[in-house]
Amino acid sequence: MSSKLRDVRLFYSRRRFAEPVAGSPALEIENLCVNRPNQSVLALENISVRVPVGTRLALIGPNGAGKSTLLKTIAGLLPIRSGKLLIYGLPVGACHHRVAYLPQRGEIDWRFPITLRRLVMTGRYVHLGWLRQPDARDWQIVDRMIERLGLADLADRQIGQLSGGQQQRALLARALAQESDLILLDEPTSAVDAETQAIISRLLAELSRDGKTFVVATHNLERLESDFDSALYLREGQQVPPPLGAPINAAVQPIR
Amino acid sequence: MTFLNDLIEPFVRFQFMRHSLLAIVLVGTLCATIGVYVVLRRMAFIGDALSHTVLPGIVFAYFNGISLFFGAMVAGLLTALGIGWLSRRETLREDTAIGIMFTFMFALGILLMSTARSFRDFTHILFGNVLGVTTDDLTLIGIVAAVVLGALLLFHKELELTSFDPIHAEVIGLRPDRLRYGLLILLALTVVTAIQAVGVVLTSAMLVTPAATASLLTNRLPRMMLVAVGVAISAGVIGLYASYRYNVASGAAIVLACTLLFGLAWLGRTLSRWLSNRLPKRSKP
Repeated sequence: MSSKLRDVRLFYSRRRFAEPVAGSPALEIENLCVNRPNQSVLALENISVRVPVGTRLALIGPNGAGKSTLLKTIAGLLPIRSGKLLIYGLPVGACHHRVAYLPQRGEIDWRFPITLRRLVMTGRYVHLGWLRQPDARDWQIVDRMIERLGLADLADRQIGQLSGGQQQRALLARALAQESDLILLDEPTSAVDAETQAIISRLLAELSRDGKTFVVATHNLERLESDFDSALYLREGQQVPPPLGAPINAAVQPIR
Repeated sequence: MTFLNDLIEPFVRFQFMRHSLLAIVLVGTLCATIGVYVVLRRMAFIGDALSHTVLPGIVFAYFNGISLFFGAMVAGLLTALGIGWLSRRETLREDTAIGIMFTFMFALGILLMSTARSFRDFTHILFGNVLGVTTDDLTLIGIVAAVVLGALLLFHKELELTSFDPIHAEVIGLRPDRLRYGLLILLALTVVTAIQAVGVVLTSAMLVTPAATASLLTNRLPRMMLVAVGVAISAGVIGLYASYRYNVASGAAIVLACTLLFGLAWLGRTLSRWLSNRLPKRSKP
């Protein structure tokens, strides 16, 4: 009886765990249209893209092209106006922990009094739900992910005392603690030094080999060939062919 | 020894001193704990506004012979919901919404009050008197403190997450706006109860200053709450004692004690920063 009570979970939303549809890509988008928030003007028009499991897609375009809007729509933060968007073969929000979204740095209050370890623990909340406290297993997972991203020495630091690159890695550790499979990153390499950029690209390569799928908004074209498997070019909310002078490489397939 | 005797003498001798001590400990604990969220979520203006917008509720209740506490509570909750509603989906910025509700409710209270013959009954309510707290007041404060602190404990992890990363909260299915409403309601409960006991100015001070002091001394949330409570209670005891010993207004003495502790923390932090900036430089050859 008491053990039954201990297993009761009050999830944050009606979404539950759902098995991925076998053989489906990590992300499948067809003719997707999305409105600007609280407006009836289109922010994205007829986007179509397919991202196989374990690959890395770069979203490329100038500011205001719709990169963030696309990421937020995949994360379930913005409603779809029309078109199809499937994540592991399921509609947005069908499985509560599948997608992790790493916003631009400015969207998190880094001065908040919380340690890196507790920040990573917030990745477990989706599995805990209301009123449940993390148990030994949750802390074990958190510490393992911190270790994996080379942050063990910094676990008890307040998050504002980390460098930009360490903050990105902390958010990646949280995405892993969440057991997410599709990880969305919004400008992870903006305003970080070259060394940090290299660390982040190495991590994405490593994690994609483990079957994690990445969609990354970036305007860093230099590393495109080495860091990504495919690229989607956006301009004013529309899909466009790669610009002249964009890296042409067998590994990076422009999607069109 | 005689110093210690001097210190506890008023509390041993007079029941009203014991009552006010208990009131200040309860109110201090309550305000300082929720105050940490008020400071971290930049809601200081809301706390201040809430303590003024209860006026029409109090006046209305007074005219109709209803419990003043009930009147204040309804007005406080209406303000909290009104601010939340006006600023939903960023139609209006939150500080603008607060400004509108604050002045509207306060003016309504003044208008109602101007129809009464005497203002004196209201000044007591607005400025409170910690030395005049009754047993009934203490029971009420105790109940509200238990409810608010209980809710803060049960929803700690969600309140913490939505305070620093509302986007992640939304991605995992939480509703940050609903949590904000919840926090506003808890804040309204706190402010209304505290005003009843200690008045408007002391309530605003207890919400912001201890939490701000704690935020200078630590960067862990639970520890920040504990330090804030410690600061609030110390200021309460110092202020009460000073008001007894030197026959000055108790509320003002407590607020000044709060500010003094904040000043000390500020000084301590500035000194330690100054030292830590100096020392490593000297150690380098």
